Amino acid sequence: MSEALIQLFEGWGIAKVPEQIAYLSNFGELAFNIWETVYAPALATLFAYVIGLPLGIILVIGEQGGIRPIPKFLMNILNTVVNLLRSVPFLILMVMVVPLSRLILGTSVGTAATVVPLTVAAAPYVARLVEISLREMDRGVIEAAQAMGCSPWQIVTKVMLPECRPSLINGATNAAITILGYGAMAGAIGGGGLGAVALMRGHGRNQVIVMYVAVIILVILVQIIQSIGTAWSVKSDRRINPTETKKRRT
Amino acid sequence: MSQSIIQIQHLSKTFGGGTEAVHALEDINLDIRQGEIFGIIGLSGAGKSTLVRCMNLLERPTSGTVVVDGQSMTELSEKALRLARRKITMIFQSFNLLMQRTCLKNVCFPMEVSGVPAAQARQRAAELLEMVGLRDKADAYPAQLSGGQKQRVAIARALATDPKVLLCDEATSALDPTTTASILALLKDLNQKLGVTVVVITHQMSVIEDICTRVAILDGGVVAEQGDVQEIFSNPSTDAARRLVYPGGVTPSQYPASTHVIRISFNGGTAYDPLIASLAIDCGVKVNILGADTRNVGGKAIGTMLLGLPENPNDSAKALSYIRAQKNITVEEVPDYHE
Repeated sequence: MSEALIQLFEGWGIAKVPEQIAYLSNFGELAFNIWETVYAPALATLFAYVIGLPLGIILVIGEQGGIRPIPKFLMNILNTVVNLLRSVPFLILMVMVVPLSRLILGTSVGTAATVVPLTVAAAPYVARLVEISLREMDRGVIEAAQAMGCSPWQIVTKVMLPECRPSLINGATNAAITILGYGAMAGAIGGGGLGAVALMRGHGRNQVIVMYVAVIILVILVQIIQSIGTAWSVKSDRRINPTETKKRRT
Repeated sequence: MSQSIIQIQHLSKTFGGGTEAVHALEDINLDIRQGEIFGIIGLSGAGKSTLVRCMNLLERPTSGTVVVDGQSMTELSEKALRLARRKITMIFQSFNLLMQRTCLKNVCFPMEVSGVPAAQARQRAAELLEMVGLRDKADAYPAQLSGGQKQRVAIARALATDPKVLLCDEATSALDPTTTASILALLKDLNQKLGVTVVVITHQMSVIEDICTRVAILDGGVVAEQGDVQEIFSNPSTDAARRLVYPGGVTPSQYPASTHVIRISFNGGTAYDPLIASLAIDCGVKVNILGADTRNVGGKAIGTMLLGLPENPNDSAKALSYIRAQKNITVEEVPDYHE
């Protein structure tokens, strides 16, 4: 079977076919690369939400006329920091945060080390995504909550976040996919995963087949994340999917 | 004489500052009595919504005092204000339900926020849904309900904390006439059963007629007139009141400038007497009916008519004195009919 494949690809004039087929048929190594591709961005997405979710909430409720205004200069600082971090290209940001990775993890190479730059890049992005979701919130409902005597904290936790849940899930899907893409780029500074494989083997060693396979797997991963995210968002939205009543009874 | 529950004194609200300042409300004085249904009516932009938001301090008045149930609202701390708001709840034109919660959970919400144990809240919420006639919708989501049903859930939610006052901000403006009538009937019923004071903000005259005992007419940020609904409707004394009581009847420019116009009101009982016919027969004067309307205020028929009198001054005077001689009819000239 692999003999036939080698002949077919060599017939198309592709170089180093046996080497590439050998890599691709070594399932263990390929699976490990896929795992690396997934876990660093997954961790980074989690940390990005730990930082970005509160920031996004502050961006909405802290402005003048929001439910819990904070001093204007603090809002300006917050906005500026978010914008600055978002305007640095990721490739450069990765190099810039090398000292930070060393400080936190003691190393700046390897897949784990990419979690730091990914988080730094993703947190402000997540903050903006959360901000966009929360701004969709109907002002009237917030006013109703205020009229019922809700504290700002209660409005955030009991009204804004639950009411914006479908939109927040969509945002998280978006964030996860973007961070996955960034993660593939991290191959350039010594991170592992399919991005590194595509770069090093495909570009560095002219292994075209490996490159395409790596890219196809990335595409499939993105498709899976998007499908799960969209389905979850729709399923949880009681405006469009109200029939799904909870069975829980007390 | 019932006690007052909301007292508003010298209340003003200005938005913005400097040359762009907008005086939304100026020197408002209101006294709303416990257990009544008080109407506040005005055209769009008259300041109704701002006024009602000054009652629960969603808007902070620029000056003046708001006393609700003996508490001076403007002097309360944020925390005390949140507690006070449980006793003065609100329903809205756009219902403002939590779309991701079931109806039951929506009604539970204010109790959840104020720390009522969950089981107790659920039981009370079920009772309230029953009271507004939606027991079978407890597990439905707001998206599955009609407008009228949504407003019923909102009313149940507003009653969850046993309020003394229920503020209704254009609560029926998004509903069709039949649904409006049923919601108003519900409000009236709850007012009688629970003794909750209801403050109704509306631009619809019919709403005031249907359920209010007293009314304040808001015009350009000031209270133009206030008092008993029947009195004001049968005899509006300010321009703002007339504009509302005789809506859109006739367009002044449609009639010749020389037309002498009077407005007559049948103050109950005689609305169906053939005045115009007897005028023609008894005096031989033909008047022109420019507009007419009969309203049912608190079960009493109140009719109004705009009449164009003949150009001949003698005929005109004859007709006028004839009408003035009738019982239960108020006549007033409409001098500036042409502006």
